Amino acid sequence: MRSLVRLSAEGEGFVPPSSNDFNLPPIFGDNAFTTKPIVMVFFSVILISIFFIAASRKAAVVPSKLQFAGESIYAFVRNDLARDVIGHEFMRFVPYLFTLFTFILTNNLFGIVPLLQFPTMSRVSFPYVLAVFTFVVFHYVGIRKQGLGKYLKDIMFMPGVPKPVYILLTPIELATFFLVRPLTLSLRLFANMFAGHLLLLVFIMGGDHLLKGVIGLKLVSPFAFAFGIGLTFFEFMVQCLQAYIFTLLTALYIAGALADEH
Amino acid sequence: MRFVNLAEAGKLNPLIPHTAELIVGFVAFSLLFIVLRSKVVPMFEKAFKERTNAIQGGMERAEQAQLEAQRALVQYNEQLSKAREEAQTLREEARVQGSAIIEELRTKAQEEAARITATAQASIEAERQQAITSLRGEVGALAVELASKIVGEALDDQARQSRVVDRFLDDLEKSK
Repeated sequence: MRSLVRLSAEGEGFVPPSSNDFNLPPIFGDNAFTTKPIVMVFFSVILISIFFIAASRKAAVVPSKLQFAGESIYAFVRNDLARDVIGHEFMRFVPYLFTLFTFILTNNLFGIVPLLQFPTMSRVSFPYVLAVFTFVVFHYVGIRKQGLGKYLKDIMFMPGVPKPVYILLTPIELATFFLVRPLTLSLRLFANMFAGHLLLLVFIMGGDHLLKGVIGLKLVSPFAFAFGIGLTFFEFMVQCLQAYIFTLLTALYIAGALADEH
Repeated sequence: MRFVNLAEAGKLNPLIPHTAELIVGFVAFSLLFIVLRSKVVPMFEKAFKERTNAIQGGMERAEQAQLEAQRALVQYNEQLSKAREEAQTLREEARVQGSAIIEELRTKAQEEAARITATAQASIEAERQQAITSLRGEVGALAVELASKIVGEALDDQARQSRVVDRFLDDLEKSK
């Protein structure tokens, strides 16, 4: 951040990237439904649907390369996330977790796909929506399984704790289940994508700006670009990881709601 | 400093959701969920189930085949040992029979040889007797003839003597 301040202090007119860079104007006129993130979200839905329908259409015993690729992703979510975390009732939640994982992963990866280069999840609305879905799903599952009264009682009064501790524990538990979980879930994803994209913008726009400067600055510019490229690989890792974490936490919350004791 | 200022200026708070995006997020995610749940998940599950069945069925079939093969092997081994025993007895029998045959043949051949020898000796003896008989008669006649010729002619010299003998022998040859 200091280098940014210094650069702008040199009076070259460098405008550092800010949250404004995430607010993209509508593509068609004033229609708020035609901004780049919205178009990309729909594009991701089409892309994922086409890929997985094509991959699963034949459902052959001996899979083609395409089917194998689709199956690998599906089997990862089904076995490593749903089955290992949730247990014997996992099959009911596989479609939701699978949708969640592919949706977040694809939209995250848009951040480093050439020409698209914008992680949709850096628009906070989408993580909010996903967190609300997960919030509804895991509470619904818990209430269905244990009944509303027992479910709430288990959350508020954790069994096996001395009574006076409830003064402290009950507000914390309530906040955890109804506020902290959905908020952290959405903000973690949002912040990672937002910060990652901002970081890439800083290095690439900075490199571009340096290239326009005096000869000394021109020589430094390749390093900024190289860092930008290095960070792109780092971003790839973060994007995959965040899709995994969101899905994993959702599976954990569902497993918690299904379990008899929290 | 400008960087900080921008954030403070609060032009856009990135944490405030956008209504259009909320709607789109909800719709798009629901759409994707419906598509994946109805089209993709059942198909993958079907493929998994079929694969499991195929592998299990294959394993059971292989087990069956192995059992059958083992049974066949035991059977073959039994048959083989039985056949060996049979061959052994057959060989034994053949050897006994063979020696018996050879013995019989040998006796027969010896008998035959003895018989042939006896016949040959008998016929030789008969011929000898016949030759002796005929020689006895002929030698007598010849001796008488020779003696009469010798006596009949004057035997002065050696040349004549030998001539007589030669003529005699010539006659003898002619008469033959």
